[in-house]
Amino acid sequence: MLHMHKYEKIWMIIGIITLVSFLTIVGVQAFSQTGDHAHHGAPSDKTLIDPEKVSETAPFDEPGLKQIGENEYELVMILQSYGFTPGDIEIPQGATVHIKATSIDVVHGFEIAGTSANMMVTPGHVNTMTYTFEEKGSYLILCNEYCGTGHHFMSTNLEVI
Amino acid sequence: MKINRQDAKLSLAHLYIAFGAILFAGFLGLLQTLVRSETITLPASINYYQILTAHGVLMALVFTTFFIFGFMHAGVVRTSGAFTDKQRKAGWIGFWLMTIGMVLAVIMIMFNEATVLYTFYAPLQANPIFYIGLALIIIGTYFASFSIISRYRLWRKEHPDEKSPLLSYMAVATLILWLIATLGVVAAVVLQFLPWSFGWIDTINVTLTRTLFWYFGHPLVYFWLLPAYMAWYVIVPKVIGGKIFSDQLARFAFVLFILFSIPVGFHHQLLESGIGEGWKFFQVILTFAVILPSLMTAFAMFSTFEIAGRQKGGKGLFGWFKKLPWGDVRFLAPFLGMLIFIPAGAGGIINASHQLNQMIHNTVWVTGHFHITAGGTVAVTFFGISYWLLPHLKGRKLTKMMNKLGIYQVVLWAVGMGIMSSAMHISGLSGNPRRTQVTSYGGHEVASSWGAYEMAHAVGGTLLMISLILYAIVLINLAFFAPKGQEEFPIAAELNPSQKTPGWLENWKLWVGIVFALIFIAYTLPIMDLINNSPPGSSGFKYW
Repeated sequence: MLHMHKYEKIWMIIGIITLVSFLTIVGVQAFSQTGDHAHHGAPSDKTLIDPEKVSETAPFDEPGLKQIGENEYELVMILQSYGFTPGDIEIPQGATVHIKATSIDVVHGFEIAGTSANMMVTPGHVNTMTYTFEEKGSYLILCNEYCGTGHHFMSTNLEVI
Repeated sequence: MKINRQDAKLSLAHLYIAFGAILFAGFLGLLQTLVRSETITLPASINYYQILTAHGVLMALVFTTFFIFGFMHAGVVRTSGAFTDKQRKAGWIGFWLMTIGMVLAVIMIMFNEATVLYTFYAPLQANPIFYIGLALIIIGTYFASFSIISRYRLWRKEHPDEKSPLLSYMAVATLILWLIATLGVVAAVVLQFLPWSFGWIDTINVTLTRTLFWYFGHPLVYFWLLPAYMAWYVIVPKVIGGKIFSDQLARFAFVLFILFSIPVGFHHQLLESGIGEGWKFFQVILTFAVILPSLMTAFAMFSTFEIAGRQKGGKGLFGWFKKLPWGDVRFLAPFLGMLIFIPAGAGGIINASHQLNQMIHNTVWVTGHFHITAGGTVAVTFFGISYWLLPHLKGRKLTKMMNKLGIYQVVLWAVGMGIMSSAMHISGLSGNPRRTQVTSYGGHEVASSWGAYEMAHAVGGTLLMISLILYAIVLINLAFFAPKGQEEFPIAAELNPSQKTPGWLENWKLWVGIVFALIFIAYTLPIMDLINNSPPGSSGFKYW
């Protein structure tokens, strides 16, 4: 068998305990469901869509912001090089927004800078995530995956009022 | 012991290409920092994403792969004996295939036919010759791997009841990792990208190709790191006048790297649709397991340092630390690499964690992360290796003067990389995206803080370029002008040579079997799902 120095054993045991506790926290946060929309897992929507028929497929035939409950909205977005449809969005403070996005061309990234709203948008798939806007202000939505030479122009503004 | 002339030539050919690649790609890197900080604008005939593609391909694929094979060829010949004619021939075939592949890929990038970045995500579609070039680089490595593995097997045949030389063992472990990892990217290129870019198939399965890429992409970073670990485990102890702390634990650490660095690619795809959350988390667990061999390595390094330092008369709790040869670049460079790996490894844990990843995914934080891992730890250790390997192969000596310049070079590199990467990490936290030419976003207030950090990228990039110029001067001196002589190829002895290393550590069938079982568990169902429930595929786009 392998011989391990006593101190190294202690070092490894501390390491393993730290790892296991870290993973436990990460796992519990990812999978626990507390409250209505407390999903902290990674955006992993499995809905499929034909990337060439996005504008004919619901809900992407009507992209935009729709109220679906009390201070609760659905934001349906189409991404393409180099823009977001719809752009320049206004959302009331405290609103919970369910974002649904897809791409009609290449891979894009949907990011609201400085927040945890961040997901990949790959053609053929719909991706979704939920975010609650607690603070007023101007938010920057940008594409964070290279999508062509105009990639750095791909952004829009989201105003929380 | 000296490496014979013929094998030295093979190794040198690889090293020269590696040195050329890092110098040129480093210059491109400097240009990127200057463009992004809006200090300069490129001439209209060159676009930012084109030089970004060249920088990525030349650094991540060319510099690393050529350096690693140059080093491993030399290391195996040094510890297991000269290549046979057949092995050497395979080595040269490998070298030429890799070189032709590199030239094809670079030409395509230069002609703006492949501005797809080094990850070449579909459905951006490059010229098929670009993918052929990448494929040739990988096929070339198979020939080179044959030379090394075959030399190791021959050694074992010649020495039936002995354990193999540690450096050769580690090279073989690294190659097993590499061979299994490349299966993914080979499948993606051969079955998807090539027929699609030639027009034989109309569409491509985007998420499947991304999954196959990252099946390869994560072990790729361990393919870079393990040769640095080889130098830490086997060469550094000799340079500081010490011994290898534990031969068997060093081997065990390498085995663990094979097991836990492959079935983990989903942690690069945590925010992606089409892959179940459960599978993502399962691979996150395996990702974290790879920290164990790194903890073992950290312990082994500092034990080696302490024992060597105390033997030289270091007293008290930390007295041994002062006894280490700080003025020797062959030690200082890899030591800086280890030091950098502490924050770099911590950053890696953050990246692989479900929710923390959400904040930094695809921000310039990630760029900062792989610039201190690959560009810091790995590159600076490789610099340290080149300072003795190049003169050893050329029959020259590392002089005091060159050693001193080397110290300036690696310190400058560490400082430059420190400034650049820190700025990247910090502004990444506020959402500054990676792979983006300029980030003013029409003067949006959220983006207003990023400019200052990008200026810091440019300052760091400038220091890195100065460091590279210094590196070039030292390399040219060591290759052609340094006094003739015999520079040592340092190989340390074991601290406890009487300790037996268990035979199962060398039972490759066992480890390959376990790693395939892990890959099977972690990947089969999600990949079947991506194939069976695939959306209509994507046609190619050329948005450049």
